[in-house]
Amino acid sequence: MTFDRQTTITQMRTGEKGRIIEIAGGHGLTRRLEAMGIRSGKKITKVGSMLMRGPVTIQVDGVQVAIGFGMARRILVELESK
Amino acid sequence: MKILLMGNPNVGKSVFFSRLTGVRVIASNYPGTTVEFTKGYLKLGEEMAEVIDVPGTYTLEPTSKAEEVATEMLKNGDLVIDVVDATNLERNLFLTMQLLERDIPVIVALNIWDDTRHRGIHIDVKKLEQVLGVPVVPTVAVTGEGMKELVSRIHEAASPPVSHRTRDERWAAVGRIIEQVQTVTHRHHTWLERLGDASVKPFPGILIAVLVLLASFVVIRFVGEGLIVYVCDPLFENFWAPVMMRLSEFLGSGSFLNDILVGKLINGEVNFFQSFGILTTGLYIPFGIVLPYIVSFYLVLGFLEDSGYLPRIAVLLDTLMHRLGMHGYAIIPTLLGMGCNVPGILATRILESRRERFIVATLISIGVPCAALQAMIIGLVGGEGWQYVAIVYGTLFVVWVILGLILNLTVKGFSPELLIEIPPYRLPSARILASKLWMRTLGFLKEAVPIVMLGIFVITILYALNVFDYIANFAAPVVSGLLGLPSDATAALVIGFLRKDMAVGMLGALSLSANQLVVGSVVLAMFFPCIASFVVLARELKLKGMLAATGIMIVASLVVGSLLNLIL
Repeated sequence: MTFDRQTTITQMRTGEKGRIIEIAGGHGLTRRLEAMGIRSGKKITKVGSMLMRGPVTIQVDGVQVAIGFGMARRILVELESK
Repeated sequence: MKILLMGNPNVGKSVFFSRLTGVRVIASNYPGTTVEFTKGYLKLGEEMAEVIDVPGTYTLEPTSKAEEVATEMLKNGDLVIDVVDATNLERNLFLTMQLLERDIPVIVALNIWDDTRHRGIHIDVKKLEQVLGVPVVPTVAVTGEGMKELVSRIHEAASPPVSHRTRDERWAAVGRIIEQVQTVTHRHHTWLERLGDASVKPFPGILIAVLVLLASFVVIRFVGEGLIVYVCDPLFENFWAPVMMRLSEFLGSGSFLNDILVGKLINGEVNFFQSFGILTTGLYIPFGIVLPYIVSFYLVLGFLEDSGYLPRIAVLLDTLMHRLGMHGYAIIPTLLGMGCNVPGILATRILESRRERFIVATLISIGVPCAALQAMIIGLVGGEGWQYVAIVYGTLFVVWVILGLILNLTVKGFSPELLIEIPPYRLPSARILASKLWMRTLGFLKEAVPIVMLGIFVITILYALNVFDYIANFAAPVVSGLLGLPSDATAALVIGFLRKDMAVGMLGALSLSANQLVVGSVVLAMFFPCIASFVVLARELKLKGMLAATGIMIVASLVVGSLLNLIL
């Protein structure tokens, strides 16, 4: 499996898969996300996002996590190429 | 010995706790159900061990009030049962690693074990036990599977020597363990999972939410009214009323005991709304009007809680709730507040910041009427026509929104963003639903019946001594001048501090006009919280926050009451 294009999870399309390459946030944010299993190297699938900069829902290891828009756009991923 | 039940949120610790100790606790399918710790006892051989249900936490570096409670508890424990969600081993093991680093014996329960099979997850339990160096027992708390084995192995709990690691090292260790013990095979999505995915997308998520909300209201009303019309009213009218008439004849009208027990006869008949005796209105308010709605409300809430739907509503409403200074998860304390403000205010602990907790708790105590109050409003105001009930609810909702907007602009700081785990949809277990409904109903009766009966006794005495007249004269400019209510209504506003359902009952005895009932109900709902909510409010917000919240309530209720009086 190869990865290419880099983006944030807010810009991913519903159903797209990718791998987290970086959480571009402070220590606190990284720690909170990590504790919920969201960290660099993890493969994720985008489940959906709400209108008007609403939360983004992703699936990591079979668990779904909803992430506020501001946090979500700090999560950088590389998309899995088809 | 003190045994702590610890683990990530929503792994089933509370169900586990009930199984171990026989103590009933509220368990639901969303992260953060338990915000306080509950104690129970478990017989281990000859010894009685204390078991504590600790709020769930992802890490021992706490990020919310509930997680702080969890971390604090760890200092006083003698042994930890680490409840792990077997369907999500990797993330759960992070906390396990942190627990193993502490100097406390640990035993691991691989809970939700039954789900691993149809999720295509295979875990080598023996191997996991070997690698971790502590006993590992697969369990299914909901059915009780594996619980016996777990209890029989508690004495094997161990604290293997583990060096303190950095977070990266810890994750690396978790990764190595997962590689050794777990294999995941591909499998197809279930219909519950497809429904789950659909409900966090704008479409059809919003449609689903509207349908769920409508269905909830219809069911609550249908069951509540059904119980009143077919069970409670016939019992009171055909059975209890004649008994009361006999008692009244026996005691003699005008006698002190008759006034206290049966109350005034209206047109020579017992009137359960207006007689105001301990055995007439005192029983009718809690059992005849409120109980049916308590049962129907908590039945529906239980379904919503256990299905796993509530966190999805939080996601849908997040953007809107941010305008009001909260994030979407605040909908959970708010919904709980519609049952009773006390658990609602307690549940604000699942929110991360003090600011958000203050805003949500204040909004609950002003704009969210509890089920007891709602039942009385529906019973009393509904008798005048449904449009009046709609005005009461509409006003409270508008107040909730406007006050939220104002608080968001005026309270310092900002509200953090939403970050929640969305649990899988589950078909609610009938046993857990029934247990919750029973606990909550019993909790209501234990709290309400004595206070209502005692309250009516005190009210009758105070009326006899003309005490209310003094207060009424004193408050007349406000109550009559601003709110347009007769000065007698002052007594009801004062009694609202004890119980709001009883206070609405008192308004009902005053033969008010429909508009006055609307004003009275709204002011009662918003005005000072009842004593039980007041105590939790003081505890959760500390003195300063509580005083601020109370000030807002008094001002807001007088302003809104006066406006309604002018408009209607």
